[in-house]
Amino acid sequence: MTTITDTVPVAAPASARTGRRGSRARHGNRGYVFVAPFLVCFLLLFLLPLGYAAYLSLFKDRLVGGTVFVGLANYARAVQDPQLIDGVLRVALFFLIQVPIMLAVALFAALAIDSGLLRVASLFRLGIFIPYAVPSVVATLMWGYLYGPDFGPLAQLGDRLGFTAPDLLSSTSMLSSLGNVVTWEFAGYNMIILYAALRTVPADRYEAAAVDGAGAWRTAWHIKIPALRPALLLCLIFSVIGSFQLFAEPNLLQRLAPTVINSSYTPNLYAYRLAFTSQEVNYAAAVSFLLGFVILVVSYVVLFSTSRSRRR
Amino acid sequence: MTTVKLSRRRANGLTLAMTALLVYFVFPLFWLVVASTKTTGDLFSTLGLWFGHDFALVGNIRETFSHNHGEYARWLANTLVYSVVSALGAASLATFAGYGFAQYTFRGRSPMLGLVLGTIMVPTTALAIPTYLLFSKAGLVNTPWAIILPSLVSPFGLFLMWVYARDAVSESMVEAARIDGAGELTIFFRVALRSLAPGFVTVLLFTLVATWNNYFLPLIMLNDPRYYPITVGLSSWAAQAVGGSGSNADLLAAVVTGSLLSIIPLIAAFVLLQRFWQSGLSAGAVKE
Repeated sequence: MTTITDTVPVAAPASARTGRRGSRARHGNRGYVFVAPFLVCFLLLFLLPLGYAAYLSLFKDRLVGGTVFVGLANYARAVQDPQLIDGVLRVALFFLIQVPIMLAVALFAALAIDSGLLRVASLFRLGIFIPYAVPSVVATLMWGYLYGPDFGPLAQLGDRLGFTAPDLLSSTSMLSSLGNVVTWEFAGYNMIILYAALRTVPADRYEAAAVDGAGAWRTAWHIKIPALRPALLLCLIFSVIGSFQLFAEPNLLQRLAPTVINSSYTPNLYAYRLAFTSQEVNYAAAVSFLLGFVILVVSYVVLFSTSRSRRR
Repeated sequence: MTTVKLSRRRANGLTLAMTALLVYFVFPLFWLVVASTKTTGDLFSTLGLWFGHDFALVGNIRETFSHNHGEYARWLANTLVYSVVSALGAASLATFAGYGFAQYTFRGRSPMLGLVLGTIMVPTTALAIPTYLLFSKAGLVNTPWAIILPSLVSPFGLFLMWVYARDAVSESMVEAARIDGAGELTIFFRVALRSLAPGFVTVLLFTLVATWNNYFLPLIMLNDPRYYPITVGLSSWAAQAVGGSGSNADLLAAVVTGSLLSIIPLIAAFVLLQRFWQSGLSAGAVKE
């Protein structure tokens, strides 16, 4: 035993490669024991539903003749469906406006907390992160009441001071009001990702900057922000997914403003209505797929464009 | 001397800006706390930013838990069961598999890993309707399984654990245990698991939050209010409180108080487990 532990550190650099190859020879397919439970669940609960929905999306329920195979007709209908297109464009607009604001807030907060200039940094960190622990349902209920004309503080203040408070649930301000809820929910989460990445920037880079006489702002701009690229990209990808599948927030605000948020306000609301209200299961499957596809495409566009600009 | 003064002024400006941000993020929660001490009447008649005439918190809590035969407590218990079982299951599966992919070479490893990692970007709600369609075929809708089973598979959790297991598990210790004649499972539980624990807790926490906060999946899977988690339950109460007046007027105070009570456990968990989610997140954020 002693000899082994003595020799291991010496052999470590070499064994990193040969050791792994050696374990394959000796242990055959033992790795399957570890990965099998996950893969079985993945197959049954991830790939199988997708496969089944893909299959369903190729059929159509006819009043006469029952369910018939229609090929890609559901998809052809979906790409021309004005309600779906409207929804996709709306969430795309939402993404383009809300996400930069949210990430700017998160980046600012992360840099501020990391700067060492704040006295109670941990209080700020926790306070800004806390909304992440609040379910979107509760967050939207809360903000809905805050926006609302009945007992929202803004409307109340307007009432008492004699001005007309802006209607935050009107058709012109609804998207911003939604954006505010989502920013409130997720800015802290993104801040934590960015902050965690900042903690791993090697200290010698800061020392070099300090020797050069760089202040806190220049250090942030020239060293910290470039080092945050991968983490920012991760946040951006998560935000693509979050924006395009927006559901809970508009679903709950719909009750307060039924004329503003219709049942195809976002693609997910639309898919939900198709599957559960109008019982167009086959078409809903196609819409779900198409939405997943749109999200994949946007994610890869984001990945591609950022990695290209890095190479430059 | 001047630079010291300058940097102090900067620090003050920064503190001011961050305080403004903190107020923005905490203010709705403050409103919620204030609102749950008010009767429904006071909610309408007194200013939302400060306490009302009566301190009705205890009465509101009683109303929240007794409304409609105490369904709130049931929803809370459902949520707890769904999220704890899902989180333990998902974190175990991901840890096991992440370790397997990181430590072993076997036939089909790279394509299988690639397949799973390629689905990280498949959004959960795009998967929800397909899962519903399959589960209704299999007779699983409107059961607790309809919520727990889909939450068990977390491709992102696997990614996190795979990255984590590559870095955190000491190759030499595993090799030493192997030479001592330990079996692969013994090595995992006795040697590797200790180093994997922070990653495990991270995946645990994030699945816990995701399941606790999930709304779309339970909304489509469940019709029976007995199985509702707290999110769908509160949403159904809120719908009644908006639509109805008169008999449902008191429900509003219960919605507000129920909202407050429902967020306390998760906030407490995050405050207590700060060390874990912060260290675990950095593993996922730094590696591409």
